Amino acid sequence: MSKINRRDFLKAGAVTAAAGVLPAPFIWPKGAQAANTVKVGILHSLTGTIAIAEKSVVDAELLAIEEINAAGGVMGQKIQAVIEDGASDWPTFAEKARKLLDRDKVASVMGCYTSASRKAVLPVFEKSKGLLYYPTYYEGLEMSPNIMYTAQEATQSVIAAMEWLHKNRGKSFYMIGSDYIWPRTTIKIAKATLQRLGGKVSGEDYYPLGHIEFSSAINKIKAAKPDVILNCVVGGSNVAFFKQLTAAGITGKNQTVLSLAVSEEEVSGIGADNTVDTLTCMGYFQSLKNPANDRFVKAFKAKYGANRVVGDTLECGYNSVYLWKLAAEKAKSFDVEKVVAASSNLEIDAPEGKVKFHQSNHHLWKHARIGRFRKDGQVDMLFESPLIEPNPFPKL
Amino acid sequence: MNIDMLAMQAFTGLSIFTILMLMALGLAIVFGLMGVINMAHGELMAMGAYCSYATALFFERFLPGLMDSYVFVGIVVAFVVTSLFGYLLERGLIRFLYQRPLDTLLATWGVSLILQQCYRQFINPREVEVPTVSWLQGAWQATEGISLPLSRIFIICLALVTAILVYLLLFKTRTGLRIRAVTQNRSMAGATGINTERVDALTFALGCGLAGIAGSSFTMLASTGPTTGQQYIVDTFIVVVFGGVESLLGTIASAFIIGQMQSWFEYFMSGSMARASILLLVIAVIYFRPNGLFTTKVRR
Repeated sequence: MSKINRRDFLKAGAVTAAAGVLPAPFIWPKGAQAANTVKVGILHSLTGTIAIAEKSVVDAELLAIEEINAAGGVMGQKIQAVIEDGASDWPTFAEKARKLLDRDKVASVMGCYTSASRKAVLPVFEKSKGLLYYPTYYEGLEMSPNIMYTAQEATQSVIAAMEWLHKNRGKSFYMIGSDYIWPRTTIKIAKATLQRLGGKVSGEDYYPLGHIEFSSAINKIKAAKPDVILNCVVGGSNVAFFKQLTAAGITGKNQTVLSLAVSEEEVSGIGADNTVDTLTCMGYFQSLKNPANDRFVKAFKAKYGANRVVGDTLECGYNSVYLWKLAAEKAKSFDVEKVVAASSNLEIDAPEGKVKFHQSNHHLWKHARIGRFRKDGQVDMLFESPLIEPNPFPKL
Repeated sequence: MNIDMLAMQAFTGLSIFTILMLMALGLAIVFGLMGVINMAHGELMAMGAYCSYATALFFERFLPGLMDSYVFVGIVVAFVVTSLFGYLLERGLIRFLYQRPLDTLLATWGVSLILQQCYRQFINPREVEVPTVSWLQGAWQATEGISLPLSRIFIICLALVTAILVYLLLFKTRTGLRIRAVTQNRSMAGATGINTERVDALTFALGCGLAGIAGSSFTMLASTGPTTGQQYIVDTFIVVVFGGVESLLGTIASAFIIGQMQSWFEYFMSGSMARASILLLVIAVIYFRPNGLFTTKVRR
């Protein structure tokens, strides 16, 4: 008797727990393929460490899908989103990618945030001939025939940033970053650029991901007295880094600090008081003034709430869905090879302005933009580069 | 390296020491005195941080005039909420697992995952901003070249006060006497009429409450988000294990040694190398002294 009770209790508990974990905009995959729909996979972390960043990308991708469906779909077919949770765990990503490609037979997948998760699904996509749109700025050094990269690779932001800083802010640079491939590669490119420009590296320092104690680092920066701090710290560490910089009396007012991984979204956690007047370099800012961006920001806030902010990765996720739609329409097919072929030189009027796929290397021609954080966490743009050719394999 | 820098690095070392001590005190009590490996300690710290966040929101809306003093209320709220949660956790889960240390490890790890997902689901998947009160912003300019962040000075004071209170509680009160008695010999303590179950629950609640205080005050230095606890938990365990599991004095000494090492290593090497070197040294010490720096003989 008591056993049965306990089992019932557990069952009820499991159901409530499952209901509690489901995110609000979850769309259930329908069992059978409806006649007039095309399936698109969405593969991001909804749980675990990286969910912080990936959840809002999912929001943007779902918004794009909703808009496309409202406007009649792709070649008359409505998009049906199939959402899978990568759970911030790389083997899970690979497993879910396999499920999306082999079982759901999705036409394309919008997904991944960290390079580690992308590297984990890459062999799956190449083997099953799938198509992945990857919406995060990353270190480059990759070009898979089955992946389209819709954010900046490292050279597209850091070279422009270094040239602008060297011209406008000073010659000596202190580089600090989290210790993994993206900051290391980015700083390597930054140093090569600096050497070409004739500037000086006054220090270089790496801290483990998630590190929260930066007072020695800040003392070192104080001793080195650089003109510019180039900040490649990532994630929660940035909150600690900026809070401790401010507490030590280093602020955007008396020191040039340029961050390569801090967008408007991160600022809401760091606190706008701590980032005010520091610089950031991204491909997109929410404050950009153009009709496409006004429309995008308005639609996003209407769907998810007026207090939500939009950042670079989120916008790239939104673009990814449209880029896939345009390519499929140009190819008149959902076939992966044809869609990839049609993507060559494909242009789109995105919220960040006109961007265009490279003829052959699967990356986008993009603008680099440098801006200064305001007191409200938004960005005033100081500099906009012309469209920069993607160069995922730079010679250093 | 000039004299100013030397002074600031010494201060950094002191600051890291107090931060580590504050993090580890609660865990040392739970782990050391009770033998429970509490993997949810980090999430309890995050809970303390969220308490500060909630208090700040409340003051912002209803008592904007008293905003400057919310930090104290936040710490008290954090202590009360986390210790209450700890009490319920002990009554509802931990007490069934006292004889099975490995199971407490798994169970509390499960609790930590559930808490993380709750923060993500019901509060915010991103980090939230906890404002630092105006009188703790900026730095104290001791001399022209030496500036010491006020928030760190505050944490140093808070850690010392907390450590003294814990000492007084454990060694100068009847409750403390009971806690120590139960730790040293559970069945004998029970035979003399001490309600050991109640002592267990109180001790666990105290450890959790200390985690809450730590989490609440660290909002001034670091992030408050669903994964905040993960940033603390490893360091916390290292401090406790290195110091010797059964000894609070060991925990404090170990926090001091690791804090000094971190401060100076990070100054002379890159951050990652400093981290690796500290871990190597800790491993070496544990190899030669498996029970940590300080060991006390306890009859089980």
